[in-house]
Amino acid sequence: MIAEQEIRDRVKRIMMEDFEIPEEHIIPQATLFAQIGLDSLDSVDLVVALEKEFGFKINRIEDEEKIRSMRMLKDVYSFIKYKLGMGPFVPESPPRSENE
Amino acid sequence: MRRVVITGTGAVSPYGVSVGTLMENLFANRTAVRSMREQWEPKIRDLSCWVGAPVMEPLDPKSIPRKFRRGMGPTAIMALLASQEAIGHARIPESAFSSGRMGVSFASTTGSALSMEQFFMEYFQKAEIKNLPSGIFFQIMSHTAAANIAYAYNICGRVISPNAACASSSQAIGLGFEAIQQGHQDIMLCGGADELHPVVSACFDLVHACSYKYNDEPTRTPRPFDRDRDGTVCGEGAGAVILESEESALQRGTPILAEILGFATMADGTHMAESHTQSVKFCMKRAIENAHGEPGDIEYINAHATGTEVGDRAEAEAIRELFGDHAVPVSGFKGYLGHTLGASGVLELIICLKMLDQGRIIPTRNLDNPGEGCEGIHHVIALEERKIKTFVKNNFAFGGINSVLVLRR
Repeated sequence: MIAEQEIRDRVKRIMMEDFEIPEEHIIPQATLFAQIGLDSLDSVDLVVALEKEFGFKINRIEDEEKIRSMRMLKDVYSFIKYKLGMGPFVPESPPRSENE
Repeated sequence: MRRVVITGTGAVSPYGVSVGTLMENLFANRTAVRSMREQWEPKIRDLSCWVGAPVMEPLDPKSIPRKFRRGMGPTAIMALLASQEAIGHARIPESAFSSGRMGVSFASTTGSALSMEQFFMEYFQKAEIKNLPSGIFFQIMSHTAAANIAYAYNICGRVISPNAACASSSQAIGLGFEAIQQGHQDIMLCGGADELHPVVSACFDLVHACSYKYNDEPTRTPRPFDRDRDGTVCGEGAGAVILESEESALQRGTPILAEILGFATMADGTHMAESHTQSVKFCMKRAIENAHGEPGDIEYINAHATGTEVGDRAEAEAIRELFGDHAVPVSGFKGYLGHTLGASGVLELIICLKMLDQGRIIPTRNLDNPGEGCEGIHHVIALEERKIKTFVKNNFAFGGINSVLVLRR
């Protein structure tokens, strides 16, 4: 079982190293697109990076909806915990707004 | 028809980034050709050509924001770095980019050989693609340079990519010229780029067009027009020029570097790899006619001159037949830079503008004794002081593609 903090730290490292996101932008409430600045191509690369980092496999049919419903960084943490068998995927984010 | 002028230049040459670096090395008679055996042998064992002209100084791709960089292989990175210099040089205002009156005409032989290698390593070794970055297609696609430049600058006019191997950037400039001449655009960022990779050199090797006798003496090859020439040497780089309607340049008060008077691009229609004298001659003649001139008006010819047996002879014969006894000085620059393929037309054009500004003609390096069929034209073999205004820039490509520009300083 990985601790929540370790998940956050490893995601932070991916965001900083792979996506060159400034550290101060990497907070759980930050929206992935509007605030962190990712886009549709980045979300594809993020999923691949998470697979490599945490050793799980994405099942496109089962996981596609979950991936699409992630809005905030904390949803990414929830998704990782779900894929690692640490609990259900519970996105806490509000629906995507126009500018996202 | 509107008059079209050049107002900015930018270069990434085998010597490094900037037009200044390029000219400093050329005037110092330095060659960029070196042994590539150490880098290439682990990838391909049976090449016959082990020399190349790579960019010597490390580039700084991280100066390009990741959002733009992720879709760029080395070709597009060099293209953007050259474009940055050209845009700065011409002082293009930000308002021009998204106006719809500015476009991009930029080309290369292929998208990115290195990115293709990365793709096929995954594909062949693992029969998988899922670990590849999503941006790899944008690095590989044939219009990677043009599209990435347009994206990075939010340029919203026409974006075209006339990929035609070694004639790519000449065609790109020509099509940019026509777009402005006909009033479709006011400003065009034009040029070409190509990266050096062993598979690129291998393709020339396959058709016996690469130099192979000078692997231990890289500075002696390629040898354009020379009796002992044995093929070309691949190089890499990117060049960019800003083309602009004369009206736009005058309105902006930006210095005019040269005017493009004419352009022609025509095909041999005879062979994929062998240059054809009459087709080359016809293309030069048509470009000069399009410039409303005649051969007697031309004061200098910058030759394509790759150092191949057939190509150099066809070009020399065509020059001799068209210009006759008119002793037009001729030189080519691949003895310094190698053949930068899609970048060669624009880089050599930029060199012409800079050297003619100084009233000097840079000679053909490694031309000691003109070969059979290459005699009878005025080869420049030592730095020559001469005031020149009107000149021709030749470029020819595999596939039988010829492209000629006529310019006036």
